[in-house]
Formats: sequence, C-alpha cells, structure tokens
Amino acid sequence: MNDQHLPAPPLIDDLVRLAPHGGPVTVLKDTRVLIVRVGDVVIKAHPPGTGEHDMRRRLEVAGRLPGLMLAPLDLVHLDGRIVTIWPAGRALTAGDLESGDMPWEEGGWLLAGLHAAPLPADMPPAGGPDRAARAVAELAEVDAPAEILKAYETLPEFPPAGPGRRALTHGDWHLGQLVFHAGAWLLIDPDDLGAGDPVWDLARPAAWFAAGLLEPDMWHRFLSAYLSAGGSAVSREDPWRELDLPARALTVQLAATATVTARRSGNPLDETAEALIASCGRIVAAAGATREGEVFDGVSQVPGPHADVRPQRNPHRAV
Amino acid sequence: MRTFDRNGIHIEQCDNCRGIFLDYGELETLTRMESQWAQQQYAPPPAHGGPAWGAPHGGHHGHHRNRSWVGMLFSS
Repeated sequence: MNDQHLPAPPLIDDLVRLAPHGGPVTVLKDTRVLIVRVGDVVIKAHPPGTGEHDMRRRLEVAGRLPGLMLAPLDLVHLDGRIVTIWPAGRALTAGDLESGDMPWEEGGWLLAGLHAAPLPADMPPAGGPDRAARAVAELAEVDAPAEILKAYETLPEFPPAGPGRRALTHGDWHLGQLVFHAGAWLLIDPDDLGAGDPVWDLARPAAWFAAGLLEPDMWHRFLSAYLSAGGSAVSREDPWRELDLPARALTVQLAATATVTARRSGNPLDETAEALIASCGRIVAAAGATREGEVFDGVSQVPGPHADVRPQRNPHRAV
Repeated sequence: MRTFDRNGIHIEQCDNCRGIFLDYGELETLTRMESQWAQQQYAPPPAHGGPAWGAPHGGHHGHHRNRSWVGMLFSS
C-alpha cells in the first residue's frame, strides 16, 4: 500500500454495503479513519493496526453505559481493518456555535458520570497523556517557534508512575464527541476509553480557556456543571491544582499540531495558532518565575512526577 | 378603587377595569426588588480561577468566526 491515509474509493463502497437498511450516504471523515453515514447508521473504519482485543473491551464497556455513551451496534472486519457500526445521532455544527447554543453543561454532566462509573477490570489505558509527545515529535520536521519546545520542557514525565487517581476516562474529549441521540446528548468514540487520570478529559477545554480562545463564561459553565454533577477529577476549591499540568500538555500539543498543519500546507500561522504559541510563552515565563535562577536544561532536569512544578498563582490577576 | 399594601408597595386596583395603579416612585421600587430577586436567582457562575500562565481574558472577541478555532473545538 502506497498511502494508507487515502483510502481507495472501493473502501467507501464496501462500508456503505455494511449498512443494514441503506439510505443517503455522507462521508463524515476521511483521514486515518474513514467514517460514513448511511441512512440511520454510522460506519467507521478504524486505522489499520488498531488492536482488536482492546477495541472489543472498549466497545463492550461503552455498550454498558446507557445515558452516558452511545452503544455500538456491531464490529466487523473489512480488508484487515476493524469496522464498527453505530446508530446515527445529530452532531454539533459550527452553526450551533454561532447561535451560542452549545451543550457545555451536558458535556460536563456526561464526563462527571463517566468518571463516576465503576472502572471495569482489564481496561486498556486511556488515551491523552502520550499525545503531546507525539505532536512535539512531529515539530522536528518543520520550522517551529521555540516557545513550544520550551513549554514542553516544563512538563514532568507523565503519566505519573505512582498510583494516581484512576477512573474510567474518555481519553479524547472535545465537542465533536457529543451526539444527540434518542432525546439525549451522549458521549461517542470509545477508541481511547480506558483507565486513566480523568483530569485529562477536562484538559483540552482548560487549555482553550487559558489561551484566551474559549470565553470564560463557556469554561465556567462547563466546569460548574462537571462539579455540580459530582465530577471528581478536580478539586472544587482549586481546580487548577489538578488541571495545570494536563492543560499545559494540551497547550503544547495543540500549538504543535497547529504549527505542523500550517507549515505543511504553506499557510502562515493563524490567530488560533498564535494564541496557543503565546500561551506556551506564558507557560515558560511562569515556570521560569518559580525557578529563580535554577539552570534549566531540558527534560532531564525536570523534577520527577511527584514534585510540585506548578507555577505560583498570581494573586493580582482577576479571572 | 381598592387599595392593597404588599411588601411596602402601595397598589390601587380599579373595581371596574381591574387595572393596577401605582403611586409615584413605586414602579422604581418594584423594578429594584425585581432586579435584587433576579440577582439571587441568577448568581454569576462561581469563578474557578485560572493558571498563572492564563491569558488575560476580556479583550478577546471574534474567535467565533475563525475556522481553525471552530475546527479545534470539534476534532482531536
């Protein structure tokens, strides 16, 4: 295979044939995964090399979380790829964002419910913590602003080796992971579902908020809903105690991904990328402020996972 | 015309048309009481703080129309 990122058209046709009832066909995503909607089902071809054992475990658990996660209909094989079949729901669109009617509360409630669900035995690890390293590795191939790497170097190794908080964690949460189905919002996409520190599920919106991209009202609505529903990943009195590290990691990851995307397409860095890179610059400055003269020379010098590398809070800034 | 006193507001009601008449300044008193009630009901969301490295919020507008920001909200 020359390029597995570009599925040949026959794969789409084969996926469409898997639909039980037929209907209008829409290609929803065509990247490393191929997702098509056919009538009232959505069919997803997972990336080549997806482990079947872990995938089956994740689907099994997703199927036992009514009211929280969309339950799969089937798992089949097609040309060596795992294909999953799902009931179709209504996903959010940019139009919903324009109208200001985003289900931030529902997202917070659903994540709180997921984190409170019993952690089944033999769950694979949740996705999340390894993504920043992968995104930064790709930076090496392009001309990248120095702030991103310097911000990455403020991160200790993670996930912590010791027994940290463990809960059922989505592993890749953003607003595209909500669909409205049968009268309720549900979480979708258990590809990264697993055992992990649930604070990583809040890290992406936290990074958006800290970069000034997400309006404070939206962030506070989301976090208040999460806490009011009993969400346990962060402390009520100081949520940033837990959020600081994963939000820094997500800021680095998103800045790296935005930079790589812009460079590869030959476009200049846009306003979103610039906001994230500026956030990386502030991460570096805040880390420097707490180290006062300490020589800081890369990851090897970073304190271990249990050391408190959290920058001091600035009491003068009202947020 | 009948007269009622409710929570310090002097209200007169016409026996024929059931219309309500307020004395001078009492509309303002009602408005003030309503806004106090609304503030209790719709208290601002609790501030959850932010990181030491957080962006100064307040001056940012217009991100809604930025395509890459919208894309980031919805994708991995």
